[in-house]
Amino acid sequence: MNGIPMEHGLILAAILFAIGLAGLMFRRNMVFVLMSLEIMLNSAGLAFIVAGTAWEQPEGQAMFLLVITLAAAEASVGLALLIQLYQRFRTLDTDAVSGMRG
Amino acid sequence: MELAFYLSGLVAVLATLGVVTGTNAVHALLYLIVSLIAVAIVFFALGAPFAGALEIIVYAGAIMVLFVFVVMILNLGQGAAEQERIWLKAQTWVGPSILAAVLLGVLVITLWRGNTGLVIEGETLTAKAVGATLFGPWIIVVELAAMLLLAALVTASHVGRLPSATSGEHSGGDQ
Repeated sequence: MNGIPMEHGLILAAILFAIGLAGLMFRRNMVFVLMSLEIMLNSAGLAFIVAGTAWEQPEGQAMFLLVITLAAAEASVGLALLIQLYQRFRTLDTDAVSGMRG
Repeated sequence: MELAFYLSGLVAVLATLGVVTGTNAVHALLYLIVSLIAVAIVFFALGAPFAGALEIIVYAGAIMVLFVFVVMILNLGQGAAEQERIWLKAQTWVGPSILAAVLLGVLVITLWRGNTGLVIEGETLTAKAVGATLFGPWIIVVELAAMLLLAALVTASHVGRLPSATSGEHSGGDQ
């Protein structure tokens, strides 16, 4: 047992972040956009955990707690907006609300 | 420990690819739950059991249940998956994927050349140390998180009202 290099953990976080970023850019359905945001936040939390365990400091896990709090807040507000979008326009297409009034 | 890390990392990447390329919202959500549980196993393998348990309880439990309930409320019909397939043409996803791949390449090369030499031995950092950090020097951050959650609660309950509850509104403009 000789351990995992820190770079491997950070590269895993980078791969997950890149997949989430690509999904955020090419999906038009708002459910998938919100899921891509969750993936990106989760990979940021993974990077915090990897760095925290590499230096053997508990701050990484404390910061992960904040990331999870932010993800929960973002998911609740985003899903409320999603319900509003569907009630008003009967679609989940984010391009339906691209125009501004006034 | 290494085997658990690499295997569950592979599972996480594959399941996440399944999320962003899926056409059925419920199937994509189930892939996302698999991805989150794989990341939780990565946390356990790295020696952060508190974060792993939190990931399963809060992320894979609470947040994903919220997503599943919202998809159930929307009650998407049969046409949703076909609409997704129409939107997911090759010319739609190739450009953003190339951009994200370039960014990923830059990031990986930078990390590879950094050569910090730090190795994760898998020494367990327990919840005791995390709690002592959170409720000692980081207490103001805990209070900020509480205010953030309160703001999210108020925002969600205000924004999430159904249109019939608001009287005399003419916004929206469908039909």
